[in-house]
Amino acid sequence: MNPKELIARRIAKELKDGQVVNLGIGLPTKVANYIPDDVEIFLQSENGFIGIGTVPPEGEFDKDLINAGNQHVTVKPGACFFDSAVSFGIIRGGHVDATVLGTLEVDQEGNVANYIIPGKLIAGMGGAMDLCTGAKKVIIATTHTDKHGRPKVLKKCSLPLTASREANLIITDMAFMERTKEGLVLRETAPGVTVEEVLSKTDAELIVPDNVKEMDI
Amino acid sequence: MNKVKTIDEAVALIKDGDSIMIAGFMTVGTPELLVDAVVASGLKDLTIICNDAGTPGMGAGKIVDAGIIKKYITNHIGLNPVCGKQMSNGELDVTLIPQGTMAERIRAGGAGLGGFLTPTGVGTVVQEGKQIINMEGKDYLLELPLKADVALIKAHRADRQGNLIFRKSAQNFNPLMATACEYVIVEAEHIEDVGCLDPDAIMLSGIFIDAIIQG
Repeated sequence: MNPKELIARRIAKELKDGQVVNLGIGLPTKVANYIPDDVEIFLQSENGFIGIGTVPPEGEFDKDLINAGNQHVTVKPGACFFDSAVSFGIIRGGHVDATVLGTLEVDQEGNVANYIIPGKLIAGMGGAMDLCTGAKKVIIATTHTDKHGRPKVLKKCSLPLTASREANLIITDMAFMERTKEGLVLRETAPGVTVEEVLSKTDAELIVPDNVKEMDI
Repeated sequence: MNKVKTIDEAVALIKDGDSIMIAGFMTVGTPELLVDAVVASGLKDLTIICNDAGTPGMGAGKIVDAGIIKKYITNHIGLNPVCGKQMSNGELDVTLIPQGTMAERIRAGGAGLGGFLTPTGVGTVVQEGKQIINMEGKDYLLELPLKADVALIKAHRADRQGNLIFRKSAQNFNPLMATACEYVIVEAEHIEDVGCLDPDAIMLSGIFIDAIIQG
């Protein structure tokens, strides 16, 4: 399976019926494709609505309707629009149950760095700082290593932080990791991946319990 | 009262060195005709406050391309490589602030608040130079209100008094920016007589609007 599809499928299983969820740009957006039919999720778009629907066919775009990733979308029946202050009140106020965000780096303390590589890539934090701070659960969706094969799950982030100690779950194409008071715990490995392989591609110190499961995709 | 003006009349009151809020999110809800008029007017040394930098040739990106900006306050420039390059070269002074903080600072500016406490940005570079206040065991940053000389906003429907209705995700920063600026111009897709809009459906009162142009 394509690594990004695997990550998106595993994250989709973490979302529960009735939750308000904000999906970040890129890989996190794909999570919506794998939510089971019997689970109803209210997808929030920080540019000002709840109830993101499907991507319309070319030619049926509405010029006034995009998601936060600048993609034309539709809205589901029951959707609601609001201004940016209300939108971030929803986010900061703890009314978003979970957010799924991509990242450049994430570390064992739950620090997230995903908006800038000084001198190289300047994107800006957009709504990511508010989402990390305000969402009840922060799920990081990332490939386990970067394109050069270097670990992305680190002991300590080196890039400027988006948020301090906010990541709850880190889900990669190799592993499902949960941040606990004791540290970052390896809960699951991807199908066909061993614990040793995960450890060899991880910079962070992982706590490995006896009962590491295989991801159910 | 009739606030409908020609675009030239409306932008004539903007001056060199003014701070200008431009509404819209990735160009959706951005008043493109007003942005074009600012670029064509020869204005310079502007401070621009906008969610993003648009894209090259679209939205606020047109003002970036024109090189008439002294300072840019925004939260995301990822879709405009021209802006990123100008920032890296030191040609453009860009201040990045979190999107929710930006929205609330503008709201505070329009609502007469002296500031507000937000947990967003604690433990990041955003906290540099800001007062950290602990309330009931949790750290917050004191963020100050944001105002500007001019707001350029866009509406779906307006009456001649400036009462506005926004459409779908084109609402975003529009109603907030209209409350936080001295001089507010709205580009409306449809302009109607006073009384045509259902008062229950109006999303922003005309008291905030100074000039209306036909979009």
